[in-house]
Amino acid sequence: MAENVTPRVRVPSSAAAGEVITIKTLISHVMESGQRKNSDGTLIPRSIINRFTCDFNGQNVIDVTLEPAISTNPYFEFQAMVPEAGTYTFTWYDDDGSVYTDTKDIAIG
Amino acid sequence: MKFTRRDTILIAAGATATAMLPMRAFAAGEDEIAAFTGGAAIGDSGVTLTAPEIAENGNTVPVEVNAPGAVSIMVLALGNPNPGVCTFNFGPLAGAQYGSTRIRLSKTQTVTAIAKMADGSFAQASSEVKVTIGGCGG
Repeated sequence: MAENVTPRVRVPSSAAAGEVITIKTLISHVMESGQRKNSDGTLIPRSIINRFTCDFNGQNVIDVTLEPAISTNPYFEFQAMVPEAGTYTFTWYDDDGSVYTDTKDIAIG
Repeated sequence: MKFTRRDTILIAAGATATAMLPMRAFAAGEDEIAAFTGGAAIGDSGVTLTAPEIAENGNTVPVEVNAPGAVSIMVLALGNPNPGVCTFNFGPLAGAQYGSTRIRLSKTQTVTAIAKMADGSFAQASSEVKVTIGGCGG
């Protein structure tokens, strides 16, 4: 089971309308690949975040499918266009069914 | 050392098995590419993949993909036990068809990015990464 999963997101607090901003996200997660063995030789079952999405006021910015080859504490950096003031919603989907979300507001100015 | 008939057969079987191993991983990668492109031809311009030449630790290798005009970009590590790494799908509010993340590489290999363009064509870029310590655990 994934424990202490904490999302961290960096979004500028304000931007000009139509500006392209860079968003950085990091979420603490073991991302167990399903390839490793524990001390008595049994395979540790896969437990990863398999999908990450970012939406702005209900419109999609990016939707990433993750495989076990993504490192521990998955980090993503991408660019988003800001058409208006609003809220970014970040969602991570875990293999075990958990969903982690974070939101960030952005103002125009 | 004298080779008996039995030895010869064993050696031949061993050699075949060894030769099959990378082939199988490669074939799995081919399947992933075929599933993504639907068998369409892949061009070689329009997408850039930035990865380090040497990665000391295969557990966190920073990679960047950039493909102006793409709707999605798939990243593959064909030398890994599972070739898939991640797929970026860009929505209407994406500022640029750009993504950066950190990946695991089990050994020295070629990392490939395939971009699907808005007009339905495909482009590919590859980069060789030398890995000192593999990132898949043992």
